[in-house]
Amino acid sequence: MTENVLTVTSLKAYYRMSYFGVDREVRAVDDVTLSVRKNEVYGIAGESSSGKTTLIKTFASAIRPPLKIVGGSMTYHFENGDIDPYAAPQAKVDALRWSHLSYIMQGSMSLLNPVRRVRRTFEDFAFRPMGLPRSEFWGRVESHLQRLDLSPNVLSAYPHQLSGGMRQRVTIALATVCQPEFVIADEPTTALDVVVQKDVLAMIRDVQRQMGSSVVFVTHDMSVHANIADRIGIMYAGRLVEEGPTRTLLAAPRHPYTAHLVASLPRIGDTTPKVALEGRPPNLAEPPTGCRFHPRCPLAIEKCTTDVPPLEPVGLDHRSACWRSAEVRPLTRIGHQELEVAG
Amino acid sequence: MTALLEVSHVSKHFVTGGRLSRSHIDAVVDANLSLSSDASEIFTIIGESGSGKTTLARMILGLEHPTSGDIRFEGKRNAERRTRAARRDFYRRVQPIFQNPFETFNPLKRVDRYLHASARTLFGARTASEAESVIDGALHKVGLSLREVAGRYAHELSGGQLQRVAIARALIPNPSLLIADEPVSMVDASLRMSIVTLLRDLRDEFGVSVIYITHDLATAYYISDRLVIMQKGYVVEMGPARPILDAPEHPYSRLLKDSVLSITDAGTDGLVSADRSESAAAWERVGTATLQEREDGRFVRL
Repeated sequence: MTENVLTVTSLKAYYRMSYFGVDREVRAVDDVTLSVRKNEVYGIAGESSSGKTTLIKTFASAIRPPLKIVGGSMTYHFENGDIDPYAAPQAKVDALRWSHLSYIMQGSMSLLNPVRRVRRTFEDFAFRPMGLPRSEFWGRVESHLQRLDLSPNVLSAYPHQLSGGMRQRVTIALATVCQPEFVIADEPTTALDVVVQKDVLAMIRDVQRQMGSSVVFVTHDMSVHANIADRIGIMYAGRLVEEGPTRTLLAAPRHPYTAHLVASLPRIGDTTPKVALEGRPPNLAEPPTGCRFHPRCPLAIEKCTTDVPPLEPVGLDHRSACWRSAEVRPLTRIGHQELEVAG
Repeated sequence: MTALLEVSHVSKHFVTGGRLSRSHIDAVVDANLSLSSDASEIFTIIGESGSGKTTLARMILGLEHPTSGDIRFEGKRNAERRTRAARRDFYRRVQPIFQNPFETFNPLKRVDRYLHASARTLFGARTASEAESVIDGALHKVGLSLREVAGRYAHELSGGQLQRVAIARALIPNPSLLIADEPVSMVDASLRMSIVTLLRDLRDEFGVSVIYITHDLATAYYISDRLVIMQKGYVVEMGPARPILDAPEHPYSRLLKDSVLSITDAGTDGLVSADRSESAAAWERVGTATLQEREDGRFVRL
């Protein structure tokens, strides 16, 4: 059994608001149980408003009202001991940041301060957590930049002087310079061109392998997940509906939503008609009863409208939350080669 | 063949900066393309950011004037449309769809107000009931109805629905050409295909031609009839879409295709940076290279 870095047990994070005496509750993360292992890339996929951003906010222990943790637990198993960021004292949680737990953010343009040189940003974020003398610190930063194929000159540049791909690499360098054990990457490549996107993804993958850290990678683009993730978890309307090793999940999905997500992707050389999923993601303030996917599900039966399906093992390392998971068939065939599907 | 749109030898040159830091940018260099009015088609412009694809679209829309060359829509240049009425007539025939539907619509306005305004000014509806029937017709073409949209604000609709409303608005004056600038890049992957398929259905059922600007080769392969691939302002490959994407000939086109991530690569560990040397070498020669025709009808700059 491989070691886990993060264990999450039936985590519930709701937005609770009260306007004009009317209480509103948005169940953005509802009953999520998952674990992230050492030295793996865990992909989280889902549409917008599926709760994936809220989920990683809770991972990063960056929650602010109206978002509240309503139930469940979350424990990090770092080398220097286990810690539950919601039970530990604030000072201890702060000490985790950047040296153990870091974050590659979306939109590098808005992350880097436009009126400060990149050098200052590095100093702000990484100097204290690293706890090294100044000369040694800059030596480490420069060698780390080189690993990401950036010249040390970028340190004296302002963000607007760098191209989009370089800026994104700077934010990756910033997040990984302290060699954290756990990195959260929130759509780091959505704003990039195809050629640069592949470079940046390759770089994230290389850095992750060299450091042996775990990465939680969030994006709605399944083709990105296919290339970078070891395991994928699919979020739908605040719940984790399926989780499994990348190849198995893509080739033999066991949840109708995943099957649709995979089948709807266009590919070069493939002219078969694509069926888009009918309907729209549910409103999380009033989610449908039972399985939240049932109004859009082609396999829905009576039971789906009343009972919530549990996330249960359907294969080796593969879990699905569907009452009819055994009947889900892949809607498209990926690849010509024989896929070894764990059964 | 009567030409709907003719772009001949169009270049656009931008000068930025002050006296000391002046820099010159060739956004588009010597672009040629034409769309026929006899058969509707989806014409795709592919390129990375900075390739000049948006500048080309803006010139076609008359928002930017070419530095040299000619753009004629139904035989007439944009500069010849001097009066307000002439420009309005032009926008009845050519309509844009923008990238981010959440930025297209003012969050404080109900989305149907845009539809009403378009029905009044562009379609020329005189009464409220006439406008409503026109709007409902346009919304039906995109799979929505006025009942679903009326009185709603932008935040009450999903990204996919909002982009459909934006397309419906563009369809109100029954245009013959839609210019869609990355219409799906801000839309969720699962809804992306429904928008792309909608563009294809508009071509097939209502005879609307579409200039589809994108950097996504997979959706381009799926719907387009013809395409051009642009590298920093130069058209490097042009012709029938599927033959080009199946076997791109120009090094830059090959680089783009190699960089496309696909779900079929899962587990192959194929995440290696694409080789740019050939594309860079081709870029060195771009000034002297000319477009050469190939047997399958494509043009390659070599």
